Amino acid sequence: MKFIGQIGKYFLMLWIVFSKPEKFKVFWRRAFEEIQLIGVNSLPIVALMSVFMGGVIALQTASNMDTPWLPEYTIGYITRSSTILEFSPTIISLILAGKVGSNVSSEIGMMRVTEQIDALEIMGVNSLTYLVLPKITAAVIFFPILIIFSMGLSILGGWLSLVLSGLSSTDSYVFGLRSFFKISDITYALSKTVVFGFLIVSIASYYGYYTKGGAIDVGKSSTQAVVSSSIAILLANFLITQMFLLK
Amino acid sequence: MIEVKNVNKSFGDLHVLKDISAKFEKGKVNLIIGASGQGKSVLAKCIVGLHEVDNGEILYNGKDLVKMPNHERRDIRKQIGMLFQGSALFDSMTVENNIMFPLTMFSQMTRKEMLDRVNFCLERVNLAGRNKLFPAECSGGMQKRIAIARAIAMNPKYLFCDEPNSGLDPQTSILIDELIKEITYEFDITTIVITHDMNSVIEIGDTINFIHQGQNWWQGNSSSIIKSTNKEVTDFVFASEFMKTIRENLRNIGV
Repeated sequence: MKFIGQIGKYFLMLWIVFSKPEKFKVFWRRAFEEIQLIGVNSLPIVALMSVFMGGVIALQTASNMDTPWLPEYTIGYITRSSTILEFSPTIISLILAGKVGSNVSSEIGMMRVTEQIDALEIMGVNSLTYLVLPKITAAVIFFPILIIFSMGLSILGGWLSLVLSGLSSTDSYVFGLRSFFKISDITYALSKTVVFGFLIVSIASYYGYYTKGGAIDVGKSSTQAVVSSSIAILLANFLITQMFLLK
Repeated sequence: MIEVKNVNKSFGDLHVLKDISAKFEKGKVNLIIGASGQGKSVLAKCIVGLHEVDNGEILYNGKDLVKMPNHERRDIRKQIGMLFQGSALFDSMTVENNIMFPLTMFSQMTRKEMLDRVNFCLERVNLAGRNKLFPAECSGGMQKRIAIARAIAMNPKYLFCDEPNSGLDPQTSILIDELIKEITYEFDITTIVITHDMNSVIEIGDTINFIHQGQNWWQGNSSSIIKSTNKEVTDFVFASEFMKTIRENLRNIGV
């Protein structure tokens, strides 16, 4: 029952979040600040993860190709498919759920326990729209850019690992990358990313906004936000994949 | 003027406010006093609408906040300045941006006009030139004064101060009290101060509501509270040895 109550409270929160901002100029300024905070500042971790994961996917594929019937370009094909379909949109989103989710939840949670949210409300500001809407907007706009960036770096990482280890040639890798390519894979990946971005930030905001107590409770909210948004990403991934496959 | 009529508020089984009625007059410093845990802050939060009351009326110049739709409630709130116990300054913003915040959100002023207003408010709280500091770089007393500057930036009709002296040394407390008093008279606003600081009670209490066990136990002013014979009030006012000595001295000189 408590879980259903929380879901209801989450949707009620979203209803208020999507109210008209008091001033669009202030809203866009805040949205750009959030793009910097939760988007641009995530570039280093996304880059690092992507290069190494791409490298590992390529190496593992190459080392498991123990039959001569499989052409060498399969390595490039599998690296590309794994990266675009699952690794970049889902795994990177799970990592962002940890980084961005805990950041958003603790920031809003601290504002709650230090009465800064009460101060906003007293001034007549719709605190949910002011605080949460720019964050959601930033995530929905910038997460797909992060994921495209991740896809590129992951494929680059795969190529680097193969060339440095001598397990495959550049030509066959690039041929594999270009084989059986469907633009719908990109559409699918970016659609997922938009949903994941929305879930990460809105769930983290929910836990932060309804924090009660002190610093310990802010920590608890932050942990709950990461766990819940990770579960939500996995469930959404399953549902979206079903939708695209059954199409 | 703000008037509270028969307000009740419970949290689960805990009945915090019991049929409270009070009047808070314009151009006066109206104190809500009482021991910790008696319902002072809950009453203040009900008055500003941060807590929903179970029943009763909260009248701002005759208009009931409880029955108001959200947009009207927001309009009332734009006329309220509030000084929180912990100052509640936005720690990601400079002093200047904190004070400018309500102006940015709700006024049509140009940036220069807003800066002029910020500088006026900072001068008013004796913090001229501290525009670029962050709240974390300011002392507790400075933070309180910055919060007052932010509270008066929009020329509020109502000023709420939740324990403005908590955590401050006696001299800074007096400065804050003086500032609240001066601002109230200067701008002719309805000020409500929640406190259990006896110095504030004596110095700035134009009207006093003593809250005890969730009820408005006693009403008066800074002169009558000293002479009160109500046991709960005297227990609260003359709790310290120092105050008891003052009472003895007053009795000795026939007050």
